[in-house]
Amino acid sequence: MAKYLVYRLLTFIPTVIAISIVVFAILALAPGDPMGEFALNPSITAEVRENIRKSFGLDQPIYIRYIKWFMSFVRGDMGYSFTSRTPVIELILQRIPTTLWIVGSAYVLGALLAIPLGVISALKRNSIIDTIVTTVVFLGFSLPTFFTGLLFIIIFSVQLGWLPFIYNSSLQVTDWQSLLAQIKQSVMPVCVLTLLQTALLMRFVRSEVLEKLNQDYVRTAYAKGLPAFVVIKRHVLRNALIPVVTLVALDIPNIFTGALVTEQVFRVPGIGALLIESINRNDTPVVMAITCIYAILIVVFNLIADALYALLDPRVKYVNTHR
Amino acid sequence: MFKRSLNQTLVSSTVEYIPPGQGTIGQEAWYKFRRNRQALFGTVVLLIIVLSVLVGPFIYTIPISQIDFAQSGHPPSLEHPFGTNDLGQDILARMLYGGRISIAVGIFAMLVAILLGIFIGAIAGFYGGLLDTILMRFTDLCLALPRLPLLLLIIFLFRDAIKAMVGQELGIFILIVLIIGGLNWMVVARLVRSGFLTVREMEFVTAARALGASPQRLIWTHILPNVISPVLVAATLSVSNAIITESTLSFFGLGFPPDIPTWGRMLYDGQNFLEFAPHMVLFPGTAIFLTVLSINYIGDGLRDALDPRLS
Repeated sequence: MAKYLVYRLLTFIPTVIAISIVVFAILALAPGDPMGEFALNPSITAEVRENIRKSFGLDQPIYIRYIKWFMSFVRGDMGYSFTSRTPVIELILQRIPTTLWIVGSAYVLGALLAIPLGVISALKRNSIIDTIVTTVVFLGFSLPTFFTGLLFIIIFSVQLGWLPFIYNSSLQVTDWQSLLAQIKQSVMPVCVLTLLQTALLMRFVRSEVLEKLNQDYVRTAYAKGLPAFVVIKRHVLRNALIPVVTLVALDIPNIFTGALVTEQVFRVPGIGALLIESINRNDTPVVMAITCIYAILIVVFNLIADALYALLDPRVKYVNTHR
Repeated sequence: MFKRSLNQTLVSSTVEYIPPGQGTIGQEAWYKFRRNRQALFGTVVLLIIVLSVLVGPFIYTIPISQIDFAQSGHPPSLEHPFGTNDLGQDILARMLYGGRISIAVGIFAMLVAILLGIFIGAIAGFYGGLLDTILMRFTDLCLALPRLPLLLLIIFLFRDAIKAMVGQELGIFILIVLIIGGLNWMVVARLVRSGFLTVREMEFVTAARALGASPQRLIWTHILPNVISPVLVAATLSVSNAIITESTLSFFGLGFPPDIPTWGRMLYDGQNFLEFAPHMVLFPGTAIFLTVLSINYIGDGLRDALDPRLS
């Protein structure tokens, strides 16, 4: 077990480095110039432009720039934004609470809904409940989030006038009034994400439980005369939920990137919105930092998922397939 | 990596499973598929959408880009069954035209993903050894890439260059198809590889090898047909995935230019008029939803039909 984890940790670092090289190369090889906007500004002469370029280190060859970037990224220094002249880390830290609030609550809600619904619909297979739940789930993950979001706005903001359709991030929660406002403006983005998350997860829970229900050990448990509830709780769910826990961990980074769309629809100024703004402004350091954070999240949660799987399921054997 | 149970390798459809009194695997699958109501619903809806998109523009001949400010943002009427947009252009005409592009993007991106996936998976699974290790490490790496941010980034950075090379419309089409496909082959590669690992050890492969079959022949005519059914399912689902991705790109304003009204682009244009022209969003959105839903139903139906363990 320990050996396996060490092995995985050792593959973790090269993966992150490789991904950062890929992103850096894309940015460096792309046509277009991050300093392009200065070229249009008559008050900045070519000489000054050259100096700015030097101050950002853009006159050096690609690999030197990469190594420099990487060394400072490791030390937690992500450089300065080209457009707002503030440290990238500050920009990101400003945006993180909003994203975490929206994404986090959607994620927790999704898991809380999906697991019981999935279990029920598997146990009552082909019943009315099952049919309804599976249909809703199918609709849920066939609806693209941007369409669900716009539908929600049309129904709840435009037609009914219940909820505001633009997210106000400067709102400070100080009293009940403002807390209510905060909840009101978060309802729609959270619901959109929850719907998708529940749909994806529920499908998986259902199929896992269904698979375990047919196992020999379940039949044995019933044959021993155990009551149905005990069989389901101790024998079916314990086994079925192992891969579910893994998937929940594996999915956390996905929901961060998925939130990109939701943030765009509701104008939520989270980290995804920052990425889109920076891409549109050619703000290389910010794009680089956010993309790498996403990549690190993906790799870290992959690792966590594997470790969880190993912890929860003693049958799992580590076979080093790469040897 | 974990060694998981064999049934998770998804290569179960290969062993000769001919149910009592039934025909070949294909016939049996078709029989099961037909009896699946949702799959049938999906097929019918998808056929209707594809047919109307193909034939529609010939019958419904209102031009897609005729601007008429007197008719700006009109709700559905007899003259304009789906209403008009902010510039007074007919939404039905634009949807019929844009649907061609949305669906074409889905199909071509799927082809790119599947071909890449089969190629890499087959080589890794067939030859094994160092080649397998390198290719699978590469696959793992690609799986860890943050896909949506990268898509947005690449398209933003390279669209002008490729437009200059092959022209506006074709350029962005090629770029989108290549990138969506190029970031979606990994699952297929894994499926194909794990299929190859199982099937290449079977007796009929050994027999073919003993008869002197070349590696190409072993890969293409002996092993691949036996691992293709999970790939078919993945292919179907990747069409709907690509359609959603293209719409998402367009929704960020990074897809096709405004004069090419794909469904996602229409949503992007319509989102600013939710208050007085919600139909600008509702019709194209529903089109995306119905297409994706029917493809997903078909994929699910295929999965059940091709899986011999479920009978």
